[in-house]
Amino acid sequence: MTATTKNDPEIAALFEAAEHEAIEEKSLGFWTYLMSDAVIFSLLFATYAVMYTRTAGGPAAQDVFDLPHTAWETALLLFSSITFGFASLSAAEEDKSRTLMWLGVTFLFGLGFVTMELVEFSGMIAEGAGPDRSGFLSSFFTLVGTHGLHVSSGLIWIAIMALQVSRKGLGAAVQSRLHRLGLFWHFLDIIWIGIFSFVYLPGVM
Amino acid sequence: MTSASNTQNGYRAYLVGFALAVVLTAIPFGLVFAKALPFGMLFPLIVVLAVVQMLVHLRYFLHLGLRSSPWEVRLSGGLAAIMILIMALGTLWVMTDLDIRMMTMGM
Repeated sequence: MTATTKNDPEIAALFEAAEHEAIEEKSLGFWTYLMSDAVIFSLLFATYAVMYTRTAGGPAAQDVFDLPHTAWETALLLFSSITFGFASLSAAEEDKSRTLMWLGVTFLFGLGFVTMELVEFSGMIAEGAGPDRSGFLSSFFTLVGTHGLHVSSGLIWIAIMALQVSRKGLGAAVQSRLHRLGLFWHFLDIIWIGIFSFVYLPGVM
Repeated sequence: MTSASNTQNGYRAYLVGFALAVVLTAIPFGLVFAKALPFGMLFPLIVVLAVVQMLVHLRYFLHLGLRSSPWEVRLSGGLAAIMILIMALGTLWVMTDLDIRMMTMGM
């Protein structure tokens, strides 16, 4: 009985269409989440802009920002974006080992970025320029730290997806999760464009 | 055959997007490093380059298009853009205005 229904091409097509629709719905739901995240970040940017001059006699932007450091962070994140793109393409080609390789490279670039950010933050805190020093520094740590937390969550997600790819292979469900992870990862690079353009570059000008 | 050429196009799209992103990042960093322009000219330029680079990422990395994306995606994107404009620009407007008023009262 089940064998005949499964072999019926019309029923198989219905199943496939239903699965496709479920994936589309998840993709739209995730997109809606990303848009709400964009609203959160835009408000953190606005708060930073308001707080920028409130240094309370403490260090100002040009005293604490190190532009070459930011340039390297930017490079790491941009490289991780294109290597994730290669992972997506390898997944579309159903090449499991290449997908895993590119996910690994993306993870390392992302880890390098988070490490550089932690070095920057701990250096600033050691110099007495921590988030408790002034309104300017509170808003700086909130904005850049929220982005850093997102990237860290992305790293955990990449590790989970690498595990799923190696254990479950590249079926439709894993492909759709990889797709949403890609949206998330590329979205974070877009937020970083805002951070270096509106926080670091004007800060040292 | 078609799938192979599709992946070829896929790699090309990522590489084009990456090259554009590198250029659009190098220009503002280079200008700030070189201190080539006064702040009043440099900052608007950086804002324009940032917006262009965000659009490049949306197009080449997130594969979004004004026509090719589903209407639900365009709708929620447009809604988020309107909310961002109202809340972020509104915050800046109100707070700058308040700032100016407080300063004149102080003096």
